Amino acid sequence: MTAKRIAVVAAGLSQPSSTRLLADRLAAATAGALGGAEVEVEVFELRDYATDVTNNLLTGFPSPRLATAIESITSADALIVVTPIFTTSYSGLFKSFIDVLDPQALTGMPVLLAATGGTERHSLAIDYAMRPLFSYLHASAVPTGVYAASGDWGNDSGLPQRIERAASELATAVGHAERRVRDPFALPEGFSPTGAFSAQ
Amino acid sequence: MQFGIFTVSDVTEDPTNGSTPSENDRIKAIVAIAKKAEEVGLDVFALGEHHNPPFFSSSPTTTLAYIAAQTSTLQLSTSTTLITTNDPVKIAEDYAMLQHLADGRVDLMMGRGNTGPVYPWFGQDIREGIPLAIENYALLHRLWREDFVDWQGKYRTPLQGFQSTPRPLDGVPPFVWHGSIRSPEIAEQAAYYGDGFFANNIFWPKEHYMQLIGYYRQRFEHYGHGTAAQAIVGLGGQAFMAKNSQDAVAQFRPYFDNAPVYGHGPSMEDFTEMTPLTVGSPQQVIDRYAAMRDHFGDYQRQLFLMDHAGLPLKTVLEQLDILGEEVVPVLRKELAVNRPADVPDAPTHASLVAARDAAAPAETAEVK
Repeated sequence: MTAKRIAVVAAGLSQPSSTRLLADRLAAATAGALGGAEVEVEVFELRDYATDVTNNLLTGFPSPRLATAIESITSADALIVVTPIFTTSYSGLFKSFIDVLDPQALTGMPVLLAATGGTERHSLAIDYAMRPLFSYLHASAVPTGVYAASGDWGNDSGLPQRIERAASELATAVGHAERRVRDPFALPEGFSPTGAFSAQ
Repeated sequence: MQFGIFTVSDVTEDPTNGSTPSENDRIKAIVAIAKKAEEVGLDVFALGEHHNPPFFSSSPTTTLAYIAAQTSTLQLSTSTTLITTNDPVKIAEDYAMLQHLADGRVDLMMGRGNTGPVYPWFGQDIREGIPLAIENYALLHRLWREDFVDWQGKYRTPLQGFQSTPRPLDGVPPFVWHGSIRSPEIAEQAAYYGDGFFANNIFWPKEHYMQLIGYYRQRFEHYGHGTAAQAIVGLGGQAFMAKNSQDAVAQFRPYFDNAPVYGHGPSMEDFTEMTPLTVGSPQQVIDRYAAMRDHFGDYQRQLFLMDHAGLPLKTVLEQLDILGEEVVPVLRKELAVNRPADVPDAPTHASLVAARDAAAPAETAEVK
């Protein structure tokens, strides 16, 4: 059996960041929840791709290194996304990265949504901002989103339990997912080079 | 193998001095550029079509007819003709008219146009871009080949017994290219008709176009127009040259950094590595473009974008001198080496008439 590949996208801006810390915890918990299966985890810190993402927005194509990252992320068996919540929503860099993906690239992808923030009061951003974004992309986001405020790292707010529950849901989703790699040159169903009419 | 230039017809500020040419300046400049192209030995001049500022070229056949009257060998083409928002009936008539006036020195490149608001200005919807391109071209194809057309489609008024006038010169329609940046549907359409496929590769990495052109070649063969290697392929290109490559880099950088499409994004060094843009000595341009066929196969038409991003007319004309006198003659020689004998040249009016005449007796014989 081939190894399950888990891609992790972390949009934290500082180094080290609490976003990366949460991402690593979620990845480790997911690998654990997949039991004996062989698991490969690859982490992408968007900070490292900030210039490439901006250039892609302007030129319409990714640099070779960004293209490699996108290929790796969109062909993984599962995806963990973690963004800081800025001004009530996902960060601009996170959204810019999502914007350069092919809108069909995450169809059917099991995704774990997670976010960090300075205050607990933004915890619903996962459900009012991130979840609709991934619904639009036809990704399969697991029900539990994990939000970690600064305070969660130093008190007993149930963060480890939420991480475990979300990881377990993602591991289950990986077991059930049947992803097909999309051929970007496939013609749409029913396409005719002459349309509905005979060209003669 | 044809070499030429294509223009998007932008009116852009010159970033080195803050001056912006008037529309009249640019319209007159484009005529001078086209005449220069013929003078320096280039084969093709292709003009864009746009219906919004900062572009001036809303009426390509007017401009091309004016250029046709002042040239004698230059092949006139478009980059592109909007098959989505133009009425195919009007395209059939305008370009047949141009074909007569230019004594057959005319072909067209079909394109969809990617500016959302332009579509509703012409009663269309950009979300229907592909179906419009498919249906409109199917009608255009018939209008040039059948004297009287009965037609009913989704996007225009039905036609009963309609004849577009004038009829194509010598009864042979202008050759058509289909331009595309990313749509396999358009590659399929070009292959279906046995038309040319122009991959405007100037803004994107080659890997994408290797796949798209490979797909077109394969489908061209599938539809029985010849082998994949005989499919009619055109490529875009972009270059800025000086005898000393460092001078070219220094002179072009402000135009690159402020260019409408890629300005303020990647560095010129990164962009030249990832796309066909070549800034340097004529020899560097020769080396880069002599290698294109290694990626895309032997092809028929190479067009360069030379006059955009606010480059002044004087600079553009100097660039055309270098292109026509130092680069293209060498490329012609290099691309002829090891080119298989059965790979055709780009069709011209003369070659299409000859092909029609050669086929005609055989068809008559079959009927008997």
